[in-house]
Amino acid sequence: MSRAGNTGSNSTPESRKGLYINPEKKVEFSFEGQKYQGFEGDTIVSALAANGVWLLARSFKYHRPRGARSLAGLEADPLVQLEYEPNVQADKQTISQGLKVYGQNYSGSLERDRMAIVGLFSRFLPVGFYYKAFFRPRGIWEKLWEPIFRRGAGLGRVNLNSPHGYYDKRYGFYDIVIVGAGPAGISAAIHAGRAGAEVLLVEQEPEIGGSLNYFRFDAENRKAETLRKELLHELQQLPNVEIMTGSVCNGWFADNWLPIIKDNRLYKVRASEVILAAGSMEQPAIFRNNDLPGVMLGSGTQRLLRLYGVRPGKRAVILTANTHGYGVALDLHEAGVDVAAIVDLRSTVPDNEFTVAAANAGIRIEQNSTVSEALATSGNRHIKGVRVAPITGQGTYSDKSFEIECDLLCMSVGYAPAYQLALQSGSRLGHDDDNAMFQITSLPDGVYLAGSIDGAFDLDAVLQTGSSAAWKALGRLGLETGEEPMEPVDSGRQDINHPWPIFPHPKGKEFIDLDEDLHYADIVNGCADGYDDLELLKRYSTVGMGPSQGRHAALATARIVARETKRSMAEIGVTTARPPLGGEKLAVLAGRSFEPERLTPLHHRHKEAGASMMNAGLWWRPAYYGKDSERDRCIREEVLTIRNGVGLIDVSTLGKIRIRGKDAAEFLDRMYTFNYLKQPVGRARYLLMTNEAGTIIDDGVAGRLSENSFYITTTSGGADNVYRNMLWYNTQWRLDIDITNVTAAYAAISIAGPHSRKVLEKLGTDIDLSAQAFPGNEIRAGSLGGIQAYLLRVAFVGELGYEIHVPASQGEAMWDSLMEAGSSHGIRPVGIEAQRNLRLEKGHIIVGQDTDATTYPSECGMDWAVKFKKPFFVGKRSLQICSKHPLNRRLVGFEIRGGSAGMPEESNVVVHDRAVVGHVTSVARSPVLEKIVGLAYARAETEPGNTISIKLTDGTVTKADVVSMHFYDPQNERQEM
Amino acid sequence: MKIMHCPLNGPRNISEFISGGEVTDMPEPAETDDDTWADYVWMRNNIAGVVTEWWCHVPTSYWFLAERDTVTDQIICTYPANERYKERINFKSDTEENP
Repeated sequence: MSRAGNTGSNSTPESRKGLYINPEKKVEFSFEGQKYQGFEGDTIVSALAANGVWLLARSFKYHRPRGARSLAGLEADPLVQLEYEPNVQADKQTISQGLKVYGQNYSGSLERDRMAIVGLFSRFLPVGFYYKAFFRPRGIWEKLWEPIFRRGAGLGRVNLNSPHGYYDKRYGFYDIVIVGAGPAGISAAIHAGRAGAEVLLVEQEPEIGGSLNYFRFDAENRKAETLRKELLHELQQLPNVEIMTGSVCNGWFADNWLPIIKDNRLYKVRASEVILAAGSMEQPAIFRNNDLPGVMLGSGTQRLLRLYGVRPGKRAVILTANTHGYGVALDLHEAGVDVAAIVDLRSTVPDNEFTVAAANAGIRIEQNSTVSEALATSGNRHIKGVRVAPITGQGTYSDKSFEIECDLLCMSVGYAPAYQLALQSGSRLGHDDDNAMFQITSLPDGVYLAGSIDGAFDLDAVLQTGSSAAWKALGRLGLETGEEPMEPVDSGRQDINHPWPIFPHPKGKEFIDLDEDLHYADIVNGCADGYDDLELLKRYSTVGMGPSQGRHAALATARIVARETKRSMAEIGVTTARPPLGGEKLAVLAGRSFEPERLTPLHHRHKEAGASMMNAGLWWRPAYYGKDSERDRCIREEVLTIRNGVGLIDVSTLGKIRIRGKDAAEFLDRMYTFNYLKQPVGRARYLLMTNEAGTIIDDGVAGRLSENSFYITTTSGGADNVYRNMLWYNTQWRLDIDITNVTAAYAAISIAGPHSRKVLEKLGTDIDLSAQAFPGNEIRAGSLGGIQAYLLRVAFVGELGYEIHVPASQGEAMWDSLMEAGSSHGIRPVGIEAQRNLRLEKGHIIVGQDTDATTYPSECGMDWAVKFKKPFFVGKRSLQICSKHPLNRRLVGFEIRGGSAGMPEESNVVVHDRAVVGHVTSVARSPVLEKIVGLAYARAETEPGNTISIKLTDGTVTKADVVSMHFYDPQNERQEM
Repeated sequence: MKIMHCPLNGPRNISEFISGGEVTDMPEPAETDDDTWADYVWMRNNIAGVVTEWWCHVPTSYWFLAERDTVTDQIICTYPANERYKERINFKSDTEENP
C-alpha cells in the first residue's frame, strides 16, 4: 500500500497480461506529482490501478473521493487534468512517457480535500437547494453566491498557454456504417461485406471485439476467444469492410449523417444505412456509499482484468441478480482474488453452469440478500467492507445484517441499451416490463439495431441480430441478400435486469447520479415538489445533467419516478437525447479554418503599391496606399489627388449583372424604383432597389447597351442577394429575359479627377470622349488601349470620371496602361477610405451604411428616384402606405467648423430633449472643405440652418450645424466637365 | 445533415440551400387595401403541418418549390416553380384610391 486510502491491488507490474497493453514497453508518467510506471496501451486508470491508486477525483458537490467504475468512459468521475487539457477521461486516455496527470475539483490535495467537509452538510443541501435558498435578496445570487459556488464546484482548468494542435476534417460515404464492433457489429459487417456493400465499422475501443474481449460467455470461458478469432479471420477476407478503431460516432444527424471523431480529426460520414450495435451500459445498484472507490461495475472489473491485466482487489464481494455476476466471480477467482461472497438479489438462485461453477469453486452465495451499505476507510477513501442484509420487499431489507470485509465490490444487476444514437435518430424508448428492460422501438427507415442494444444477450442471438440487421440494410440498398436470416429463438434477455436494485438507507448517500451527487431522496423529493415530469425533474434536480449525461442514472431515475408517480416505465422514459454523445473538443469541430476570401483581379497591383488591405465582406480591398502609421496622411493625399489631379480606384468588387431579352427594361422597371422602359440606348441610370416593405436594400447603375440588353452594377456586398432576388422574382413573373451574374468576369477601375479624360485620350480609344459625344450618365462599349471595355460616365466621387469595365483577365493590363498613361498627370491609386470621404463630400449615400433595415427613400432624400406612376415595382405598394404617414426621421447633412470641437464617430447618437432621435451614419474631416462633414438621422422636421446635438463617444455633447447633404460642388459642375 | 432533392441538381446537403419561406400569393397591389397589403408583407401563417416553401440551391442560384412537414421536418417533395407559375404575370395600373 503506497498511500493512505489507496488499497486494492497487488498486481506487480511484471505480472500483467492484457489485450490492450504491451508489457515489453514500460511508460513512466506522474499523477499528482508522484511518478508511476505503466505499460504502453495502459489508460491512466488502469496504470494507476495497477499501482494501487484508486482515488482519482473528488465529486462535484460533496467532494467525495471517487474512482473508476466502468472502464468504458461512461462516468464522469475519472475526469482528470492534463497539463494542457482539462476534463480528460482517465479510463479512455492512454498514458505516454512523461505525461503529467492531476486530479480535479479539490482544495488542498486530492487525498485531503478541505472541501470534503461539504459532505457533512449534505442533509442541508436538499434537491432544488439553489433555487430555494439563494434567490433573496434580489441580485445576491450574481454578486455573492454564484462566485463562491463556481469556485467550489467546476471541473478542470483551461491552460491558456496550450500549444496549438493540428485538427482537420474528412468526408466519407458508405453504403452501411456499423457503430460498435462487438459480436453483433462484426456479424453485421461480415454479412454486409460478403454481399459487396461498402461498409465502415466504427469502434471506440482500441481493438474490435467488444464484449468478446473481456466478457465470460460460458463458465469454462472458451466461447469468446474462439469466436473472436473466427470473426476476425472472416473480416480480414473482406477488403470492402473498413475498420476504424479508437473512433467515436458522436451523434446522429438527419439522413444518416454521422460525426465520427478519431484523435484530432472529425470524419463527416454519410451512410445510406446505419446499424447501431453500440451495446448496452451496465447499471449500478443503489445503496448507501455506492460511490466509494473500489465499488465497480462487474463489466468494469472484467475490462480491468482482461484488457489491462490488472487485478482490481484482494478480496471481492459480488452484488448481482444475473449470471453475469457469477461470471465476474469466476474471473476474479481465476485471477487469484479472494471472492468473499456473491450477494444475489434474487429470492432463489437458479441452477446453471455459472452458479454451479461458482459453488464448486467454494464461493459463498447469499441469496435473497442485498448490500445495504458499503463501509469506508477513513475519509471515505476506499471501500473496506459491505453490510449484507436479507431482502424483505421491494427496496427494503431486514436489520439482521452482517458485515463482510472486502476491498472490491462488483455490481452486476442489469443494463440499459446504449440508446443515445437511436433516440437521436427519432426512435422511441419503450420498456419491456416482463424483463425490466428499456427497449428501443420505432426506428426510422435506414437505421437498424443489432446485439444487446436490441435486447439480445445470448451470444447466438447477438450474432443473428447482426446478420438480420445487415440483411435488412442490404435489401434497402438493393444488393442481393438471399433468404432472411432466422429470428433468434431465445434473446437471452430474461433474468438479466433486476427490476428494483434500489435500497434506500436511513442515512442516505445512496447515489443515483454521481456526477451531480444526487441521492435517492433527492429524486423522491423532486417528485414530491411537483416536478414529476422527467424533463422538469432533470432541470430541477440536475439529474443527468453532468458529463455522463445520465448513462448510469437514467434507468434508476425512471424507476423511482415511475413508482413515485404511479406511472409505467414506458411513460417515464428518459430525457431527450441530443448530440453530442460525449464531450468533444471545440478544436475538433473547428478543424482547419477555411475562411473564404475574394481577391479582385488587381489584388497583386495593390500589394505591390504598398496598400494597407482591409476586409469588406469576403473581399480584400485597399484601404489606402501606405503604412498604418501614415493612414491619415495617405487618405488626405488620395482625396486631394482625385479633387485636383487624377486617381484610380479598384471597383471590381461591384456586383455586375447582365440582363438580356425583350423584357429586360420591363424587368428593371419592376425590380427598381426608377424608370427604365424609356431609357435611351447608351444612357446610364441610377438604380435604387427596395424590398416588399419599401426598405432600401441596394443601389447601382444600369447602362442600356441595346434595346434588349442592360449591363448593371450593384453594391459590393449586395451582389449575390440582388442576383438571387432577381431570379426569385422572375421565377414567378416569367418575363422573357435571362439574368447573368458576371461579377467575377469583369475587373472594374474607376478613373476620376479633372485630368481623367486626358489620360484616356492618351491611352487611345475608338470612343469619342468629348463632353458632347459622351456626357455624364452615359455608357459606351469600345476599345481602350487595345482592350475591349465598357465605359460608364458616373460620378460617385463628384469629379469628372469613368468606370472602366474589362474582362477580369485584362484587369492588370488595363491598370498598368492607365498608370503609365497618367504618369505625366501624377496619377496614383486611391483606396476605399478616400473614396468614402469623396462620396461623403458629395452627399452620396452608401446603402447599408447610411441606410438601415427600415430606411425608406423619403427618409434619406431619395424621393427623386422613386416613380409611382408605373404599374409596379417591388416595394411600391408599401411606399404608397408610407407616404400617407408623417416621416419619423430624416437623413441630414451636418458640419462642424473649428478645430476645437470633438470629432463624432459613426453610430454616435443624435439627441433632442434628452431623447435619442437618430445617429451619425457617416462622418469625416474633409481636406478640401476644411471642416468636419457628416450624415446623421435626426428628427423629421430638421432643416438646413438648424443645429443637432451629437453625443460623442466620451459622453460629451457637441453641436453641429445642419446643412445641405451636398457639401461639395452642389451644382455638379465639376463632374459635368 | 439533411439531404434535399433539388429538381435541377439532385440530392445535395441541406447546407447548400437557403429557404425562401412559405409560398404566399401576392395580392394584386392596385386592388388591395392597406391592411390586407400590410398583412401580406408582414404576417406569416407559420402552421404546424405541410407547407409549400421556396428553396434555393445557392451554388446554382436555382429556385424551386418544396412541400415540407413543419412538424416532422420531412421534405415530402420538391418540384420546379414553373409547375405553379405557368403564365407571365402582369400588373394593373393604379386605381383612383391608390394614385
